[in-house]
Amino acid sequence: MTVSSQAGQPGFARALLDPSCPAPPGLRTWNGSSVERRFSVHRNNVVSSLIDVLASTFPVVAELLGEPFFRAMSAQFVRRHPPVCPVLALYGSEFAAFIVDFIARHEAAATLCYLADVARLEFARVQACHSADTVAVDRQVIDFALSSADQVANLTIGLHPSVAVVESPFAIVSIWAAHQGDANLQGVDPMQAQTAIVLRMDIDVLVLLCTAAAGEFTRSLQRGTSLGQSAAIATDLDNAFDLAEVLGLLFNHAAITSICLPPGCQP
Amino acid sequence: MTATERRPVGPPGALPKRAGIGLKPQHVAAVLEQRPDIGFFEVHAENYMVAGGPAHHFLGRIRELYPLSLHGVGLSVGGEEPLDDGHLAELARLIDRYQPASFSEHLAWSSHGGCFFNDLLPLAYDRRTLQRVCDHVDQVQQRLGCRMLLENPSTYVEFEASTMDEPQFLRAVVARSGCGLLLDINNAYVSCINNGRDTAAYLRAMPLDAVAEIHLAGFAVDHDSLGAPLLIDSHGCAVADPVWQLFASMLDELGPVASLLERDNDVPTLAALLAEASSAEALLVARAAPAATIRLAQRRAAA
Repeated sequence: MTVSSQAGQPGFARALLDPSCPAPPGLRTWNGSSVERRFSVHRNNVVSSLIDVLASTFPVVAELLGEPFFRAMSAQFVRRHPPVCPVLALYGSEFAAFIVDFIARHEAAATLCYLADVARLEFARVQACHSADTVAVDRQVIDFALSSADQVANLTIGLHPSVAVVESPFAIVSIWAAHQGDANLQGVDPMQAQTAIVLRMDIDVLVLLCTAAAGEFTRSLQRGTSLGQSAAIATDLDNAFDLAEVLGLLFNHAAITSICLPPGCQP
Repeated sequence: MTATERRPVGPPGALPKRAGIGLKPQHVAAVLEQRPDIGFFEVHAENYMVAGGPAHHFLGRIRELYPLSLHGVGLSVGGEEPLDDGHLAELARLIDRYQPASFSEHLAWSSHGGCFFNDLLPLAYDRRTLQRVCDHVDQVQQRLGCRMLLENPSTYVEFEASTMDEPQFLRAVVARSGCGLLLDINNAYVSCINNGRDTAAYLRAMPLDAVAEIHLAGFAVDHDSLGAPLLIDSHGCAVADPVWQLFASMLDELGPVASLLERDNDVPTLAALLAEASSAEALLVARAAPAATIRLAQRRAAA
């Protein structure tokens, strides 16, 4: 084996993420100082810059944990789940699942049972922020579709790519909102189940509190299920499901991007 | 002259020979409102490799007003593995959409084995690496249909396997691939202090004819195990005095060059960044004055 291949990138890469690994062979310093010390600059650049990325994607999780705890937990995440591509805006898709496991192993964090769901909400916001730009249908199209068809129940409704439903047994919307400077955590009962519809309207990402049935209805539309069936699913879940209210909410937030009859149901 | 009167068009590789700053999301609204008289904006390509939303919305508006430098931080040009075709395709899409005046990347690697490390990692300067880097630069230039600029790195260690120093290596890459040089004067200073070299000699040995952009940034000071200074390329503070001095003497050599003030951490107010850019602009303007141009021509003729 040549010196060059000993000092190759596989060994370098391994040592970057594994603190128990010594610095890779084949490195030198001009003054005979410790290679290990200088290599640690790269180790630190990697882990600390990726923790910074997570802190900007999950600011509420970071606030809930406090900086030292958040950075310690995130360092473990970074080493176990390094980014698979250089587009870091969407780094952290496994963070919520990692948190579930982390909380289970750390008694000190056990009271933060809602943390992983807050992380899911924050990740949905980032995904919504960067999702594709799509134009909403205008009022006349919706009115026409709803009034002219005797097949209203068969309509399928396309939603903006940013739309995501995040549901939780915990009050994730209130907890999240309490960290946006427009409310506070006092008076928030974290044990109250909440569902959020996350979407981007123009360039603003919104977190909308909705009922569990409205969330299920929205998910059902996203799967391509017809309006009638989606409403039936939601009503099964909650008798008080209000179809007009949810459609109004989606329409008013420019989230309805198509409305049409499925193939085979043309008039 | 206000920004609205300037036409941002220009062939690739032709950034205006003025000072520019990095475009930060927190400054975009103020830039659009104030329209500061700045030569160009630079963005990291990877921040725009997303489908839609505010990043593209604002970059489109900025691009209507200013020339743009597209600066990649994730292509891993020095990587032992093949370049990522998907990443190249994303770059091609961005270049098509935003028509930047320049595309640049780093003499470094950042990905291996399916992991992206978000750091610019060092290379052994030997013949094998030279071949690989030249092949990759060729591939990038062919795929993107334009000349790219390659940036000298900041380094903290060197390789026993190296048979060339960094300027020799970069001269060879430039000569063989035809790429341009993005001369990062802060990186040069950081690397030379960290590796016990003379920065002025290092800069003189670089392929200066190929310089199409200069980067200026701040560093943090740490120490190695023997207490010698170990400078960290942090992009987190103002440009240091020795780097300003090297910049001024480089401009004496080169005449005015598009020069970017980089700031990626502890980003200050837009006003503070613009003030730092105007310090650079003052040095650039002095070199563009007729007397300076004549002196430069005389020096070149004598050389």
